Amino acid sequence: MSLALTLHTVPTVPLEAEVLSPARLAGLSAPEAAKLTVVYGNQRADLGDFFKVGKGADGELHLTGDLARVKRVGMGMAEGRIVVHGSAGMHLGTGMTGGEIVVEGDAGDWVGSEMTGGRITVKGNAGHMVGSATRGSAVGVRGGEILIFGNVGNEAGSGMRRGLIAIGGDSGDFAGVNMLAGTIVVLGRLGWRTGAGMARGSIISMHPAELLPTFAYACTYSPLFLRLCLLHLGRLGLPVARSQVEGRYQRWCGDAVELNRGEVLLLDSAPGA
Amino acid sequence: MIVRGVLIEDTFAEAFTMRVARLIITGRTPRWAREAALKLTGFATSVIGCKCEAGIERELAERDTPDGRPGVSVLLLTMDKESLPQRLIERVGQTVLTCPTTACFDGLPQAPDRLPVGKALRAFGDGFQASKVVGERRYWRLPVMEGEFLVEETFGMQKGVGGGNFLILAEDADAALEAAEAAVATIADQPGVILPFPGGVVRSGSKVGSKRYKRMIATTNDAYSPTLRAVTESQLPDGVNSVLEIVLDGVDGPAIESAMRVGIDAACRPGVKAITAGNYGGKLGPHHFHLRRIMNGGPATA
Repeated sequence: MSLALTLHTVPTVPLEAEVLSPARLAGLSAPEAAKLTVVYGNQRADLGDFFKVGKGADGELHLTGDLARVKRVGMGMAEGRIVVHGSAGMHLGTGMTGGEIVVEGDAGDWVGSEMTGGRITVKGNAGHMVGSATRGSAVGVRGGEILIFGNVGNEAGSGMRRGLIAIGGDSGDFAGVNMLAGTIVVLGRLGWRTGAGMARGSIISMHPAELLPTFAYACTYSPLFLRLCLLHLGRLGLPVARSQVEGRYQRWCGDAVELNRGEVLLLDSAPGA
Repeated sequence: MIVRGVLIEDTFAEAFTMRVARLIITGRTPRWAREAALKLTGFATSVIGCKCEAGIERELAERDTPDGRPGVSVLLLTMDKESLPQRLIERVGQTVLTCPTTACFDGLPQAPDRLPVGKALRAFGDGFQASKVVGERRYWRLPVMEGEFLVEETFGMQKGVGGGNFLILAEDADAALEAAEAAVATIADQPGVILPFPGGVVRSGSKVGSKRYKRMIATTNDAYSPTLRAVTESQLPDGVNSVLEIVLDGVDGPAIESAMRVGIDAACRPGVKAITAGNYGGKLGPHHFHLRRIMNGGPATA
């Protein structure tokens, strides 16, 4: 599978295009791919009505244009690689189990919701509910990695059970709400009510934060797992500073209204500071 | 074959297939990583009495360790795959877990056979432990008085080779020791190999079984003991008054072979009469390291 799709008609209402996935496009010629069905508002349409489909060369799926209203790109994908040269719409990589999605621009809400494996990288900002459970579901991300280089909206990692969400900028409110396990790293600032209702898991920030009264201070130390985690994120291109890798972190335990086995780690000081 | 006046005997070292794990121990400083590694590899000279053989493979720079801290690479071997996990759990639990600032990582991540070391040690956390997955590898965080101990959930196991060896036959004890020290220093730079005995040197090479005691599985190698030259079937050439042995364990045959080559070469120095090797007639161990083939640079194993 090696295709390059360029958006020639920007949709004015959401275009649901879960066909934009390596498995759905595997073995199809460009004309065959252009005939795949998408849902435009409440109407059925052909993929070719919006995209010019051409051959790719590197075994990857390349999407070019402002896809901010193109939803469900890479939904449920299990392998392969998608590169979006532009922005992506809502539900990017929802439920994916493997493979990789790279978005050069911004992404909408629900990036990687309930994914179980693979990696999503967004070089710009993302909307609300990054890596979260869908409404009515108790469990969110069960594995894989989501990297957002910019800022994210509210409820990142809602109901997260496993995996890693890393945010290069700031997070909105309720990061890690109802979190069951897993790791959320925010290099910027946390919003309000971080970790509300979390049972287990780790939320890390490099800035002070006002936490809920149901979180209790434990100690200030240098968690070794965080070194591994931050070095890993640095290798993936996030701007992790040496002082953050070597630094000491305040450990806050919570949420006491739940199991109280979760933690929020806040950078306290760099060595020698 | 003569190397700088030292006879390389036409014989071979006979070695065995073992199971090996590689552990990466890191610490806040090289000292603390080494302290843990020394304890972990202590009393692990021979499976005959120690249940395992272990040694420091090499010291690691910060760039070569998973957590970016100074580290030490350790190899630990057992004769069978069933006992290796237990030895690791015992030794990591008693020597690395207890050592300030250290963490313990798997050094064979590609090995398909996985041993649940961290998975077993996590129970020390008494329910307060937590696991983390970073880049497809799972770790356990155990709360301890100092802070946290971090250990990888599983460690890789692969087939290794144990019992590579060569004997340094010298005019006197000083010459034997100097040659052995030179060999050990050279082998220290070789990857994939450990020397499990004290300082890398064995003075008490053994033979299988006993001539006198039925319960003994190994007894002194009387054929190479100078003090017994007159009362046993000695294998010692004239003029030899002291023998030291270098025993090598490794991740595979080529690693042993390469280390034997540089070690033997370093041991060929004044006062050394000959280099030979221990074997059991080729009937016990599947790995045969022929000394002359090794020193000629060709494939040594047969």
